[in-house]
Amino acid sequence: MIRRSKGEKIFSVFNALILIFVAFVCAYPMYYVICASFSDPSELMAHSGFLFKPLKWNLGGYEIVLKNKEIYSGYMNTIIYVVGAAIVTVFATLVGGFALSRKNLLWKNVFMFGMVFTMYFGGGLIPTYLIVQSLGLVGSRWSMIILGAVSTYNMIIMRTTIYGIPDSIEEAAIIDGAGPMKQLFVIIMPLCKPTLAVIALFTIFGKWNDWFNPMIYLKERSQYPLQTFLRELLITNDMSNGASEEVLRDNANLSLNKYVIQYCTIVVSTLPILLVYPFLQKYFVSGIMVGAVKG
Amino acid sequence: MAKSQLNESKKLKKKLKKERKYTVENIKKDFRRNYSIYLILAPIIIYYILFNYAPMYGAVIAFKDYTPAKGILGSPWAGMKYFIQFFSSEYFWQTFRNTFIISIYSIIFCFPAPIILALLLNEVRCSWFKRSVQTLSYLPHFISMVVICGLIRIFVASNGLISQIGSFFGIPPTNLLMRKECFRAIYIISGLWQGIGWDSIIYLAALAGVDRELYDAAVVDGAGRFKQTLHITIPGIMPTIAVLAILRMGGILSANGEKVILLYNSLNRETADVIGSFTYRKGLVEQNYSYSSAVGLLLSVINFIFITATNKLSKKVGYNLW
Repeated sequence: MIRRSKGEKIFSVFNALILIFVAFVCAYPMYYVICASFSDPSELMAHSGFLFKPLKWNLGGYEIVLKNKEIYSGYMNTIIYVVGAAIVTVFATLVGGFALSRKNLLWKNVFMFGMVFTMYFGGGLIPTYLIVQSLGLVGSRWSMIILGAVSTYNMIIMRTTIYGIPDSIEEAAIIDGAGPMKQLFVIIMPLCKPTLAVIALFTIFGKWNDWFNPMIYLKERSQYPLQTFLRELLITNDMSNGASEEVLRDNANLSLNKYVIQYCTIVVSTLPILLVYPFLQKYFVSGIMVGAVKG
Repeated sequence: MAKSQLNESKKLKKKLKKERKYTVENIKKDFRRNYSIYLILAPIIIYYILFNYAPMYGAVIAFKDYTPAKGILGSPWAGMKYFIQFFSSEYFWQTFRNTFIISIYSIIFCFPAPIILALLLNEVRCSWFKRSVQTLSYLPHFISMVVICGLIRIFVASNGLISQIGSFFGIPPTNLLMRKECFRAIYIISGLWQGIGWDSIIYLAALAGVDRELYDAAVVDGAGRFKQTLHITIPGIMPTIAVLAILRMGGILSANGEKVILLYNSLNRETADVIGSFTYRKGLVEQNYSYSSAVGLLLSVINFIFITATNKLSKKVGYNLW
């Protein structure tokens, strides 16, 4: 046991206090939102300062939010885009990483250069938009699933993982007469499951939180994901679509309820992520580590 | 013996290289053997052509008078008209200055913070406490940008939590987003909040990689914990810090336009508008496609130069990005 000097003990205490402060600052805003969402609107307006428990338990905000049909369609759309993008991304990454890991692939360096170059240079927002438009993807759900599905970064991670598989396994498969496809789906894919899971996770969280692409590429409200509705509610302050008609009729009521509706919508849309991430964080951390290993 | 083996393998490699000359016959042979690989690679190459290289070609509209009716090919050439228009407008200095200042502030404040957090966490001996702090500090990273900016808007409003805390210290409550001198502080502090926990992960991993024996040796030499941190821990993670700092410099002009779009308004635009938000507003809101493309192209070129230069630099430090 190492003896600790007085100075070290004082440091430990201060260190713990600083870390508690950091954790508090990071987590408190979300806690405040949850408390506020269950609060009575008029009490919330009158209250100032921190909030550690709901003021006068009230579910009125949730009643209004859950009556809003667009929350459901937003949820549906988000799930469609998230699942679709995860499937397409994982498949593209697996296939691309596999192809690039083949030692006998002709023009491999040409492909590699062409892919890495896109990480350094891009056409920019408007040219990309115009090309996507000319492909007829603007206003289509497919734009949400296809755009961003192929990523050089992911493929390099995949390639590194495949390089990590001992050659002897593949050689054994080749001797047994397995072609490239059989090697990929029977040998390589099961061995790369952890990496594929990490890539799927990053895609799922990224898509769930993406708002910019839906905003510029989707045109119909029935196609909007959650984040687009959240943006209307929180940023452009467009309440007309966020609440049901009976609330709208009463203008004073609306301004009173405005904050509570905002808080409730935040909770409804963010809670799944907040409940899930503590259990998945180790995969994210391992994903960062895989990305840090040079390919 | 090892040497002769090495020589042999070198010869073998040379032979292989000779064999792999791109003659028609070789290509045919290779294609017969590996056609399925090319088949699965094809969609990916098509993706790159459509969504990465076609837009690069599409950037020529920066030099054209683009109208949707005539398309990218049919629009008449305009030369440098839109670049000159941008250079001579007030927006040039405004957006570049804002982008640059926000990036510099981010580097000064948001870059060291995760390192300090990682060092502090590293000193914690109690593992559940360490894990809980880490988990809570990751939380902002998982919240969407829309919600974060929504929260910022609510909290800095004249009746919001932050204004209330400010009025406790005697600052009159106003909506901070309506004051242009506050925008950068809001952007940086919220960025610090978003990133501090998540960005510390990579440093914690580097800290875990520092050789334990060095600490034992230091203890024998009579070094306290502070001295250990100063002489072992920090030099131990210095390569990681150096590489990340260099890479960070590469993105110096890529201030997050998305966040600015969600936070700015007509009152704070003077200090808030960055190149990313400007190209979005000019292009997709005002539909001034060519002008916006010109600005975007300018940014892409500058970014390209920065990223290439910093990657060269990071290779010199001994870290190969790809």
